[in-house]
Amino acid sequence: MNRITCHDLTKKYGSKTALDHLNLSLESGKIVGLLGPNGSGKTTLIKLACRLLQPTSGEILINGQKPGKASKASIAYLPDRDFLPDYMRVSQLISYYADFFRDFDQERAHNLLSSLDIDEKMQLKRLSKGNREKTQLVLTMSRQAEIYILDEPIAGVDPAARDFILRTIIGNYEKNALVLISTHLIADVEPLLDEILFLKTGKIVLSGNAEEIRTEHGMSIDQLFREEFEC
Amino acid sequence: MKWHFENGQPIYLQIVSQMKMAVIRGQYPPGSRIPSVRDLAMEAGVNPNTVQRALSVLEDEQLIVTQRTAGKSITEDNERILALRRSTSKEILDECITRLEAIGLTHDEIAASISAYIKNGKDTTNEQNHLP
Repeated sequence: MNRITCHDLTKKYGSKTALDHLNLSLESGKIVGLLGPNGSGKTTLIKLACRLLQPTSGEILINGQKPGKASKASIAYLPDRDFLPDYMRVSQLISYYADFFRDFDQERAHNLLSSLDIDEKMQLKRLSKGNREKTQLVLTMSRQAEIYILDEPIAGVDPAARDFILRTIIGNYEKNALVLISTHLIADVEPLLDEILFLKTGKIVLSGNAEEIRTEHGMSIDQLFREEFEC
Repeated sequence: MKWHFENGQPIYLQIVSQMKMAVIRGQYPPGSRIPSVRDLAMEAGVNPNTVQRALSVLEDEQLIVTQRTAGKSITEDNERILALRRSTSKEILDECITRLEAIGLTHDEIAASISAYIKNGKDTTNEQNHLP
């Protein structure tokens, strides 16, 4: 089943084209890497899917429908920056999520947080950067969503935290969900991916099955982009 | 178990060969249960579909079997595991001998340096190796 479909999706900011006639479809049950250098359009695509932006032309469909109330309920979205009220305690954030999202699994959130030794009595702003990012990820992955969209989930955290984040993603997404992970740190997420979607200046330069691309080129996707696409 | 992946080779094939090594070493004894796909994927830090693909290769090669109720486990057929041990040791020897031939060693010299290596241990120097 197609979770996200784009037809000639275009987004312009003034005279600058951020996404240029994008055509794609992303299926359920896949982990897809949305890759590309800074400024290639990754976050713009994500914001269009989450209905935080409107297309300039063309369309994007979520589960076959225009983004709206239904799509917001089915997408678990982790933005690329701090987005939660930071005066709240972790325990308050859990009830906050439970109030907002019917598919939120409180028990899963408690278990993940305790495996991380994160004190739920702490205010979000008192946590270290790594623990703040982990808490936000735990909240996102504790939803039993149809689509998970994770914008730069591993940027700016140490290798151990990175490892925890990637394993939390693998261990917790729903089997029929689509997981879309955007990152410019290709090497770290590469083993996780079923498919890749590589953007450069608003266009898809390469997409397809990750294992096939590795076999075909005889190198990792990370190497491929450093060598052939110089990014 | 510890997993390590190299660039350029499909990950599912690397999982296949690392699982085989674990079976040969006895880390997964005959008849032992294999963790679920999701647990293996988390342990190795890879996509569950990739693990699934690796397990079906191992199943095709009759190294693992699926019981309807108990999930997947390593074969109890010891002969199959011995055969795997033989074929793996041959592969390693093939590679080693080919590389020694490539630097100009004759088979006699290879045989002599292997027995010297075994006799004197890993610290064997070239002189002790009887090489010109």
